[in-house]
Amino acid sequence: MLEVREAGLYCPQGDFYIDPALPVARALITHAHGDHARAGSQAYLTTRTGEALVRARVGDEAAIESLPYGATRRVGEVDVAFHPAGHILGSAQIRLEHAGEVWVVSGDYKLSPDPTCMPFEPIRCHTFVTESTFALPIFRWGDAAGVVREIEEWWRGNREAGRASVLFAYPVGKAQRILSQLDASGGPLIYQEAVERVNAIYRGQGIALPHATEGGDLSQALVIASPQMQGSAWLRRFGKASMAFASGWMRIRGTRRRRSLDRGFVISDHADWPGLLQAIGESGAENVWVTHGYVGALVRWLEENGKRAVAVELKLPAEEAAE
Amino acid sequence: MKAFAALYAALDQTTKTNAKVEALKQYLAAAAPEDAAWAITFLIGRRPKRLLESRKLAQWAMEEAGVPDWLFGECYHAVGDFAETMALLLPPAENSSALPLHVWIEERLLPLREADDETRRARLVEAWREMDEPQRFAWNKLLTGEFRVGVSQTLVVRAIAEASGIAPEVMAHRLMGDWLPSAEFWRQLVAHDTRDADISRPYPFCLAYPVEGEVEELGDPAEWQIEWKWDGIRSQLIRRQRQTFVWSRGEELMTDRFPELDALGALLPEGTVIDGEILPWKDGAPLVFAQMQRRIGRKVLGPKILGEVPVVLVGYDLLEWNGEDVRERPLEWRRARLEEMAPAGSALVISPVVRGATWDELRALREESRGRKVEGFMLKRYGSPYRVGRKKGDWWKWKINPYTVDCVLIYAQPGNGRRASLFTDYTFGVWDDGKLVPFAKAYSGLTDDEIREVDAFVRRNTVEKWGPVHAVKPELVFELAFEAIQKSSRHKSGIAVRFPRMARWRKDKRAEDADSLDTIRGLVAGHDQENL
Ligand SMILES: [Zn+2]
Ligand SMILES: [Zn+2]
Repeated sequence: MLEVREAGLYCPQGDFYIDPALPVARALITHAHGDHARAGSQAYLTTRTGEALVRARVGDEAAIESLPYGATRRVGEVDVAFHPAGHILGSAQIRLEHAGEVWVVSGDYKLSPDPTCMPFEPIRCHTFVTESTFALPIFRWGDAAGVVREIEEWWRGNREAGRASVLFAYPVGKAQRILSQLDASGGPLIYQEAVERVNAIYRGQGIALPHATEGGDLSQALVIASPQMQGSAWLRRFGKASMAFASGWMRIRGTRRRRSLDRGFVISDHADWPGLLQAIGESGAENVWVTHGYVGALVRWLEENGKRAVAVELKLPAEEAAE
Repeated sequence: MKAFAALYAALDQTTKTNAKVEALKQYLAAAAPEDAAWAITFLIGRRPKRLLESRKLAQWAMEEAGVPDWLFGECYHAVGDFAETMALLLPPAENSSALPLHVWIEERLLPLREADDETRRARLVEAWREMDEPQRFAWNKLLTGEFRVGVSQTLVVRAIAEASGIAPEVMAHRLMGDWLPSAEFWRQLVAHDTRDADISRPYPFCLAYPVEGEVEELGDPAEWQIEWKWDGIRSQLIRRQRQTFVWSRGEELMTDRFPELDALGALLPEGTVIDGEILPWKDGAPLVFAQMQRRIGRKVLGPKILGEVPVVLVGYDLLEWNGEDVRERPLEWRRARLEEMAPAGSALVISPVVRGATWDELRALREESRGRKVEGFMLKRYGSPYRVGRKKGDWWKWKINPYTVDCVLIYAQPGNGRRASLFTDYTFGVWDDGKLVPFAKAYSGLTDDEIREVDAFVRRNTVEKWGPVHAVKPELVFELAFEAIQKSSRHKSGIAVRFPRMARWRKDKRAEDADSLDTIRGLVAGHDQENL
């Protein structure tokens, strides 16, 4: 039902692409991260909850239609439905059905709880298209709420030492997931602009997030900023701050050290190794298409464990926005 | 083990020296003496001899994790650290061990050495199951011996000194020489009474930085005591309680190898410690250092070799005088006492002071270095104390080209043609943030005997292979010489050198004593300016 074309995954029976890398006539979008939603296509279809985020990415003039989770829409000869992927606000797995055959394109997903989005919903299918961002058994996440407590603890320690706390977190999803569980009463809270822009969209969808504080002692502040801001002039105003990064990559000491960070908090919006295997198992799929990450390792593992697995090489831009 | 794993994490989490010292102090203040003793043993790199082969350890971790060989490889590739890969892969921890560090080491780790493989495997799996993830990581580090967390010996010394209220110089001194980690050792280490100290114990060596930029920046040459930079074995000669001890900078006791110096010791006053350089010496001048290599490896020194290659101690400084630690006295005072005590016609030759009215005059004199078999000048600030370790400001080495750097052999591969059966092509690493980074490759400079010796070492100590390249245990130190040095974005170290060759095998040094990337960056800075 799907084939790999230059622009990405294409469905000939429905004449649409899923998360295309190039402008196309009709694009179905799993979620609003930059490596999945790109401007320039003529028509978009995504989830109702995700629409505002996708619009922020692809532009105000874009023609975007949306569907509630679980609703079915016929596109060409294919029945299309969006189901929660648990990745970020409005993220979806896309279920495709044609002539009794079911495919699920999961986009990015995670199984662990996240107050800012609907939990991942296992869907039975014949072919499951999975990501593999963290498809190595070294990637195993702990309880996210516990990680947020660690962040609060780190912030408290920094306040006592009289230095600001700068937390780098991806501004779409990760930042809000943390903020929605954060006890922000400790001191001033400062958002870098890219973060606050997305916060506003989340609040518009009814998700409560703490507001930034006006003024206050910067040495007591918690600053939430995009990882791209590391080393920027904007950060200088916070003086000798402690720098931390919230990401699944922080599971590896080397990635933290290479970025010269003081702390790494292991929290990811992608499935860890057990999560990937669980999702693949629960899909009941005999065929698994693997994209996006440690493709080779996951394909080989699945094959050695009795699945039919295919490595799918999609054209992706260099920046991997989701992590 | 809880506290120690937390210490490891805390040290690893920060790049700031003060935060590291603070974490160490907190740990040491709360630790039982026997735990503190073991902790510092590992932190300063004095680990017990290798216990287990990494291959086996990996095999057992894979079996416990239910991960095939190839997947372990993928994970290791992503992580880049063996102990960490194992800790991340093992099944989720269900326990956390409350046993203290010394129990883990003395009762669980050290006995593995005598055990057979089946017992070792069972004990290790049992240990992993008792620990949480940070504990497993620290434990794996203890097992593999790659125990570095960006903590230098100086930093550990500083932390113990601050925690105990004892001067860092005294602390550094107490940590030298032979000792075994125990509660008793720790108590002596932090005791305010020092008289029970080991009589053989040397002082920490004062080390020099290379001159960066123009030597003129050091001010008037008259402020400096200028000596030739001798090329021998830096050592300390100790005379206490009618016994003589000769230590190398690598903290190796070498008294037996230098009967000349043993005899010299007997001529010196009680309570004397001299810092100097051991050199092969005949008719008032040094022999080439290669001559020294001829006698240094020998167990038995016959009259023939002693006659052909006699040694002297070229005396630099006096650290102990009449049993008193005089390192805080000014340089000229120490020098005067040293000159007074040198017995005429003995194996103690006082390193002559070179004079020059201007730096240009000295520069011209420095050109004679090669002919004199020295490496340039040492510049020591008049009035300065004898410092501990490498501190900037009072001691500089103003070397002639070629530049030299002490590096550690990290990779080896077989040569071409005639040398294809031997490992002759080497990659050398230098320290950067607690890790060895590849710095230069070299193929030439060793004698055939030395090549065979390195070859045997590589075969015995390969830890990993990629095609023909063998990664070896970082243990052998070589002095690399090269003609020029510059910044390079194409090299992992950020630095490229021209015509590197092995100037000599520094058997007197340990891997920890090799140079750091920072020191080498200092050379680049100096070099760039010289060429402007
Ligand atoms: Zn993605
Ligand atoms: Zn994503």
